Amino acid sequence: MQLTTRSKQVSNKEMTLAEKMYLPAVISGLAITISHFFRKKPTIQYPEVKRYLGPIYRGHHILKRDEQGRERCTACGLCAVACPAEAISMVAAERKKGEENLYREEKYAAVYEINMLRCIFCGLCEEACPKQAVYLRHDLMVPVFLERDEVIYGKDRLVENMDDRYIRVANPEVNATPTEPSLTRAAT
Amino acid sequence: MDLTVLLVKGGIILAIFGISLLIATYSTYAERKVAAFLQDRLGPNRAGPWGLLQPIADAGKLFFKEDFIPSQASKSLFILGPCLAMLTALMSSAVIPFGDSIRFVWDKVNYEVNVQGIEINIGVLYIFGVVSLGVYGVMVGGWASNNKFSLLGAIRAASQNISYEIALGLSLIAILMMSGSLSLRAIIDEQASFFEWNIFTQPLGFVIFLTCSFAECNRTPFDLPECETELVGGYHTEYSSMKLGLYLFSEYINMFVSSAFVSALYFGGFHYPFINEVNAALEKSMGAIAGHNVATVIGIAVFFSKIFFFIFFFMWVRWTLPRFRYDQLMNLGWKTFIPLAILNVVITGAGLLYNFKYATWLIAIVMIVLAVMSTARAPKREAIPQRTV
Repeated sequence: MQLTTRSKQVSNKEMTLAEKMYLPAVISGLAITISHFFRKKPTIQYPEVKRYLGPIYRGHHILKRDEQGRERCTACGLCAVACPAEAISMVAAERKKGEENLYREEKYAAVYEINMLRCIFCGLCEEACPKQAVYLRHDLMVPVFLERDEVIYGKDRLVENMDDRYIRVANPEVNATPTEPSLTRAAT
Repeated sequence: MDLTVLLVKGGIILAIFGISLLIATYSTYAERKVAAFLQDRLGPNRAGPWGLLQPIADAGKLFFKEDFIPSQASKSLFILGPCLAMLTALMSSAVIPFGDSIRFVWDKVNYEVNVQGIEINIGVLYIFGVVSLGVYGVMVGGWASNNKFSLLGAIRAASQNISYEIALGLSLIAILMMSGSLSLRAIIDEQASFFEWNIFTQPLGFVIFLTCSFAECNRTPFDLPECETELVGGYHTEYSSMKLGLYLFSEYINMFVSSAFVSALYFGGFHYPFINEVNAALEKSMGAIAGHNVATVIGIAVFFSKIFFFIFFFMWVRWTLPRFRYDQLMNLGWKTFIPLAILNVVITGAGLLYNFKYATWLIAIVMIVLAVMSTARAPKREAIPQRTV
């Protein structure tokens, strides 16, 4: 079985005098390394330049609303059950009269919290959700936190903003060139 | 020597001291940058523009680290080691002529001061003496650490430096025979015209000298005294904080001095092609004093560009060649370089007898012919049967 086309047969035959002088080999080695010196570097300068990570990247959580702006989540708790890190907790409540424009079904999550220290961004909550309510967005990361009380994200930071809706689209253009702040909505 | 000359000389000495420290500082930065570029990376670029403040950050880190002395170590020697390494490294740049001379008039008296720490007629011997003292820094430090790895590193450093110093000295003797002087300035002045640079008259000696100076500086492929994979950190395993910093620093100063030494001995020092025409033109247009000084400054710049090239070469080789095995190192030193250097001396002597400077090309030509012949006669590379799957 051949694993690579670049393999070479090694030989342990005795070296000729030219090879024993090593200088030709040393010079060709120096030529190889200096060619790397002038080569274009593949480095992406991370905090300044951010790479488009693809449409399936699992970043910041979002609780989706439907087209009329009603929260989709019904607090069924399947995401919390599916969560291997037990990061999700919620308190269910019954929809009152007059709240039909806020919540889509009769039951909703009054409190929905994700502990970002526990979350491992596996996406199982997204898979478990029967109402397409919770997603891990591909264009935003959970920022670094410095205080413990910043760790638990409530509904105020999770529910989708209707003015700035999250749409997951693959963008081959962004994929080709690492652009400036490509992880923002504008680039995707 | 009167007071004016003394003051100017003092200024020059201080400048050389400061410059060698500065170059050593930025060699650490250059080392990381060159290493990165040779490995398709960008290297340090966070501290200051292009990471230029990185050496200062490194030094600050080293200063704030715990200065630890092992309880079983011999305390005074443990401290003496890095001091000695640093001292000898700094001493060796004293005799290197960095430029021609500065002319000036003071109190209606004409002065001419050499751009050099001190002009002594045994400059080459002085450098040899100081460089071989440098081994003591490594040895004392390694022994005083009371650690097997440090001691092994120190022993390796000592034997390696002694072995390669012989070949280094022998390859130099050919040059000394040609110039008839041990003074570095005389050797440089000997190479005034381009085709009399010693690289053209002594190609074999140059290869031997360069390789041995790699060994003397403990640089890859001869960095056995401090190879991490075998000896943890070699002689500086037990060192921390600025003591370690001094060791690393002295290594970079040694690199600078070796580069200066190589470019002075083989690449004409501050000479460059058409130097006489340029100097004559400058002195004609700007007057004898200003023109001469400008010419000197150009010479200094040329010399430093040669030095920087060799510092770069040291780093370039570091990321090209893997480390030698210890017996290979000794074989190369004793069985290859010393006989070759002696042959070089003999051929040079014979050439001088018949007034032919380029005699050592004979060795190079014979070696090339032999190499080509051996390649032509070599049997085709026979494939060793490999495991079949």
